[in-house]
Amino acid sequence: MGENKLRAARPLSPHLQIYSPMLTMMMSIVHRLTGVGLYFGILIFAWWLMAAASGPEYFNFVNDLLGSTLGLIVLVLCTWAFFHHMCGGIRHFIWDFGKGFGLDTVELMAKIGVVTPIILTALVWFFICQAG
Amino acid sequence: MSYRTPLSNVKGLGTANEGSEHFWRQRITGVANLILSVFVVFAAFQLAGESHSTVKQFFANPLYVSLAIAFVLSTTYHMRLGMQVVIEDYVHNEGSKILLLILNTFFTAFVALAGVVSLLKLSFGA
Repeated sequence: MGENKLRAARPLSPHLQIYSPMLTMMMSIVHRLTGVGLYFGILIFAWWLMAAASGPEYFNFVNDLLGSTLGLIVLVLCTWAFFHHMCGGIRHFIWDFGKGFGLDTVELMAKIGVVTPIILTALVWFFICQAG
Repeated sequence: MSYRTPLSNVKGLGTANEGSEHFWRQRITGVANLILSVFVVFAAFQLAGESHSTVKQFFANPLYVSLAIAFVLSTTYHMRLGMQVVIEDYVHNEGSKILLLILNTFFTAFVALAGVVSLLKLSFGA
């Protein structure tokens, strides 16, 4: 009981609600969110592979499902998450070399990290639509 | 001044006795994913919406199926490391944490197995 009181009186470290949202902070959060999203999103990829391995009939069923409007929306989102997480990862690699910690550079890399995944996603789906 | 013993300095493993292994593996699998993503985009162009026979033919190529298996293994390992950090960051109840860490291993291992077995079956043509 006494321990609980002590715990309640302690100051808390600043948490999310206290900071005004900044781009770099959002990029960090989205990097983690896309990672978690892809963690489950890979199930679609595995499902498609298992369908292909189990034969034409089931494969066609899954292919049609993924080709439906809802399926395509999910796949486009997964593509975006994939490229976003990839760009975030490249940013981390640059930081791992001890480079790019200046405020301007960090801000610039965050902006590039927002735009590049959108362009890459658009390009990939443009070419897929062209082919199919 | 350092309170660390000369032995612990040499080992460089820190208090958890794991050193920077987790960090390092996360980076290595990340680099692998980055390189292999070029192949994945290429494969997506070749296979999106294509017929079963096209997919089968694609993975009959030993280079392509090897790259695909490498991608499956690298991503699932990367996933396991990433989710482990997320669980350790947010789940503070010891029991739930350990349970989720075990489930994380099971899940990622299953996805890896399902992917590799499917790719091999496709490739060898059953």
